[in-house]
Amino acid sequence: MLTVRPDRVAGLCYRYYLVLSRSSFRVMDIVFWPVMDLLVWGFVSNYFSSLGGSAPQAVTFLVGGIIFFNVLYRAQQSISVSFLEDLWSRNLLSIFVSPITVAEFVSATYVVGVAQALAVTLIMSVMAAFLYAFNMLSLSWYLIPLFVNLLVMGWWLGLGTTALILRYGYQAEALAWAVPFLLQPVCAVFYPVSVLPAWLQTVAWFVPATHVFEGMRHILAGGNQCAVYLIKASLLNVLYWVATTVFFGAMISRARERGSLAKIVT
Amino acid sequence: MSAVIEVRNLAKKFDKATAVEDISFTIEKGEFVGLLGQNGAGKSTTIQILLGLITPTSGDVRIFGYSPWKERVKVLERSNFSSAYVAMPPNLQVRENLEVFARLYGVRNRSRKIDELLSLFAVDHLARKMTGALSSGESTRVNLCKALLNDPELLLLDEPTASLDPDIADKVRGLLRQIQKERGLTVVYTSHNMTDVEELCHRVLFLHRGRIIAQGTPGEIVENLGESSLEEVFIAIARDTLKIPPTPVSKKHDSDAEVVRGKLSETAERENEEPC
Repeated sequence: MLTVRPDRVAGLCYRYYLVLSRSSFRVMDIVFWPVMDLLVWGFVSNYFSSLGGSAPQAVTFLVGGIIFFNVLYRAQQSISVSFLEDLWSRNLLSIFVSPITVAEFVSATYVVGVAQALAVTLIMSVMAAFLYAFNMLSLSWYLIPLFVNLLVMGWWLGLGTTALILRYGYQAEALAWAVPFLLQPVCAVFYPVSVLPAWLQTVAWFVPATHVFEGMRHILAGGNQCAVYLIKASLLNVLYWVATTVFFGAMISRARERGSLAKIVT
Repeated sequence: MSAVIEVRNLAKKFDKATAVEDISFTIEKGEFVGLLGQNGAGKSTTIQILLGLITPTSGDVRIFGYSPWKERVKVLERSNFSSAYVAMPPNLQVRENLEVFARLYGVRNRSRKIDELLSLFAVDHLARKMTGALSSGESTRVNLCKALLNDPELLLLDEPTASLDPDIADKVRGLLRQIQKERGLTVVYTSHNMTDVEELCHRVLFLHRGRIIAQGTPGEIVENLGESSLEEVFIAIARDTLKIPPTPVSKKHDSDAEVVRGKLSETAERENEEPC
């Protein structure tokens, strides 16, 4: 299961590239919604700023939050939605009976997730610079670990969602879209953790993205003590990544035992 | 000859339902074996176990000496699968889909191999056509191209001629027979079309309620069970109206395998004697 041959991963990535480039729906999904998010939230925060108030950095925080949340969302989607698309097109059986290991299959979706997240971040950053004078590079070198932490969180969320689809079949497919938005209110994308009720704050600190978004706001507000946020986010990510990998492996084994893998892919 | 597939006392239970119950068989190199039975007889479960998609409840399976679920990559590198019910991404061209699978199977000289197979199955004119726009017959032939990309030693075919018109089905049968003979392929074939089975298979395993109840050449099965054709045998087994009850196969498995080995050798000798 743990064997990874780069040529086979490259073969799967080539396939994802072809499928994606031929699907106007998927291209729209990747570009259209993030851009709409950026426009709506950016102009709303511009409006609130124009009303005057005590939050002059509202636009910066919101725009930064939207761009970074899309990193997590894209990484998660690249795994779970790619899996669902293969299911819908009855193509998964051909993949599962070719000499592809589970690790190679998952690795390819990780690579596709990185490519999609980078593309979305680039497009949104350029737009944000023109429309709201928001400079992503103002996060300096922190940009990289913040991005990587959200990417990894997207990966394990996608893996966990796919494991649930393997376990519960088509009835769980809505999770592919719902899971990131279930976490969004808790992980302080658009507001600081301090606005959450006390009990929810405790929950929020167990989510790696919470530390990333708090760290991002800290840097954008001119702070320079982001390391603690990054360390906590990284530790939580490693823990959850290992746990979801074990969970995914267990679900694959269970699906093989119960025959549901054969049922779901045929 | 050497065994490509060895199945020993294989059983698979799903909760309380038994899909496969204590079946044993051996398939030798170069054999074309039909796996027959009505819906729910256990043939899909058996094929899925051979493909490593299902783990058995008990028993053992060896393909090329490897376990298909513990050492699946070693097995799948040397085998391939095609089914009428499997699709490839519809929005990719035929050639692109074959290119992807050629990469997954680590095929060298991909372009040449794809050209060769498209030409063999007379679908070279479809190379740039979208896979989703193919007819059933075209799709079946493209799936067979995919199944031969890695020059497999073992081919598992699940109802490859389902939904084909008689003309195309006959052409596909002809091609399969030719390829199997030329390459010495081992083929496991499931079908509900008894013409396919009678024309193609050296040996047939009849499954009923998870057990192998008869095996032998198509002619032997018809004769031993006192029916007039393989189709009549199929119907009689499905309706429990066989005139001669079958002997439990697991007890006479080894002697049957010897008989088949002998018949295959005779066939091979005859074919070698035929003038070119």
